[in-house]
Amino acid sequence: MNFLILSLIKMAVVMFVLMTTLAYLQWIERKVIAHVQLRVGPRRVGPHGLLQPLADVIKLITKEGMVPSHVNTVFYLLAPFIAVTFALISISVIPFGPTIDIAGLKTDMGLTDLSIGVLFILGVSGMGVYGVALAGWASNNKYSLMGGLRSSAQMISYELPMALAIASPLLILNTLSFREIVAKQSFYYFGFVPNWSIFHSPFPQIIAFIVFVIAAFAETNRVPFDLPEAENELVAGFHTEYSSMKFASFFMAEYANMITVSCVAALLFLGGWQPPFPPEYGSKFLPTVIFAISGLVCFYHAANPARSFDRITLPAFGVVFLVLAGLFLVPFAQPILLPLFWFGAKVGAVLFVFIWIRATLPRFRYDQLMKFAWLFLFPVAMVNLFATSLAVALTAK
Amino acid sequence: MDQILFLIFAGIAVLCGINLVVQHQPISSALSLVGVMGALALIYLQLGGEFIAAAQLIVYAGAIMVLFIFVIMLLNAGKERTAPRRLWVHWAGVPLLFVFIALMAYVVQKILPPSGEVEFGTYPLGTAEAIGTKLFTTYLLPFEVTSVLILIAIVGAIVLARKEVE
Repeated sequence: MNFLILSLIKMAVVMFVLMTTLAYLQWIERKVIAHVQLRVGPRRVGPHGLLQPLADVIKLITKEGMVPSHVNTVFYLLAPFIAVTFALISISVIPFGPTIDIAGLKTDMGLTDLSIGVLFILGVSGMGVYGVALAGWASNNKYSLMGGLRSSAQMISYELPMALAIASPLLILNTLSFREIVAKQSFYYFGFVPNWSIFHSPFPQIIAFIVFVIAAFAETNRVPFDLPEAENELVAGFHTEYSSMKFASFFMAEYANMITVSCVAALLFLGGWQPPFPPEYGSKFLPTVIFAISGLVCFYHAANPARSFDRITLPAFGVVFLVLAGLFLVPFAQPILLPLFWFGAKVGAVLFVFIWIRATLPRFRYDQLMKFAWLFLFPVAMVNLFATSLAVALTAK
Repeated sequence: MDQILFLIFAGIAVLCGINLVVQHQPISSALSLVGVMGALALIYLQLGGEFIAAAQLIVYAGAIMVLFIFVIMLLNAGKERTAPRRLWVHWAGVPLLFVFIALMAYVVQKILPPSGEVEFGTYPLGTAEAIGTKLFTTYLLPFEVTSVLILIAIVGAIVLARKEVE
């Protein structure tokens, strides 16, 4: 019974955090792209546009959900459901931190720990393609169909290099459970170089990491691989005929997939919640320092306001940052907050790369996309896998 | 609890299987097959064959069936057109099918040695390590031969599918 209640609480927390992150990821994306392009981005709703996601959600929920007359209704309604379900399921095997101890209650941070966690993620993400393919087919519209076709071909093609890129660090780490994967990346070479997979002996997996991230872009239909929804050729691709919450479901699925893939990258290649340098050199105090500096910068800009309302908003943010900095110093909260901070930082960094690329690169042409997958990415992943297995075989005891 | 779950998944598998045959729309049939495979994967998982469950999901539901659906979408296959059947086929088909299933069940029970009681989640050889060890020791030759066979099939498919170049 205890287990059941604990699981329900954890599920509620994870769901709340995930949904909030989904909504705010879009705000962050709009802001980052805006700043890359020398604009300011959304800032009408709430201070610095912080309530924009809320407004978007209300708008999407209250819009009229049209079902066009020419669609295959069952599959048309099923498709967004499939897409968002499989996108959200995979978060259940992602661990967010080590086993913690709250008032004598020991529990893992994360919902479950499967012994086949990595395979589970691969399987579930493979199922996600049905949502997109069905949406394209059921819409009974040539643009949608083209989008669905492109998407399924693209996902099948990029799943191969992705799986090969995942396999090579697994060869070194020798386990399929995410929790053990992170545990095996917790040492430091020479006392300061972390043995994350990308630095791990006998064969650093930096190439596998790059291949994985590129394939992840394609798997999540992100720029520069967003051919399924190329608006200049296909209107909006597979979700052309969708409106209101059904459209939002595809949107949610895309962002949820982005978060999952970033979590997997952080866990498999970047050492999960292990700090980048050991606690002896003060990695415990780095979050405090970062947040304190952010808070002080806020206060400085509030004292020399560029706009009149900065005098009111920036001190509020400054106080928030300083409180966060203080929280990281509380010895009771440290074992919970520090792993969360490092894991969040790594996932955030990968997500930032996703957004950064979107703001920078143009879209591939479709033949370039396929050539790139089969003639470059796949051989590179294969050679990397061979080299890794050779290195592992030679150094095996 | 285990038995209830098993009955649910087995029921889903059977229902999807029936739906697969009954449907006229190719894409509905393909999706029913996905349902069958998903339910089977869950049953494997319940029995303790974690790796097999994952492989079932990744290979069959995730890759092969996506290709099926891809081809159906590409060819834009419409509804199945049924040819008019004889009257007795119409009326005798389903009862005969049940007789056939009953016969099969009877024969299988007679011929096969009685198996022990099934225990959920205890199968020791279903983990990735156990299967990997078996594949690379006991079954090394069949495993390698299969890979060569698949390679031959791939080359054959390419040769057959390639357009004649003058």
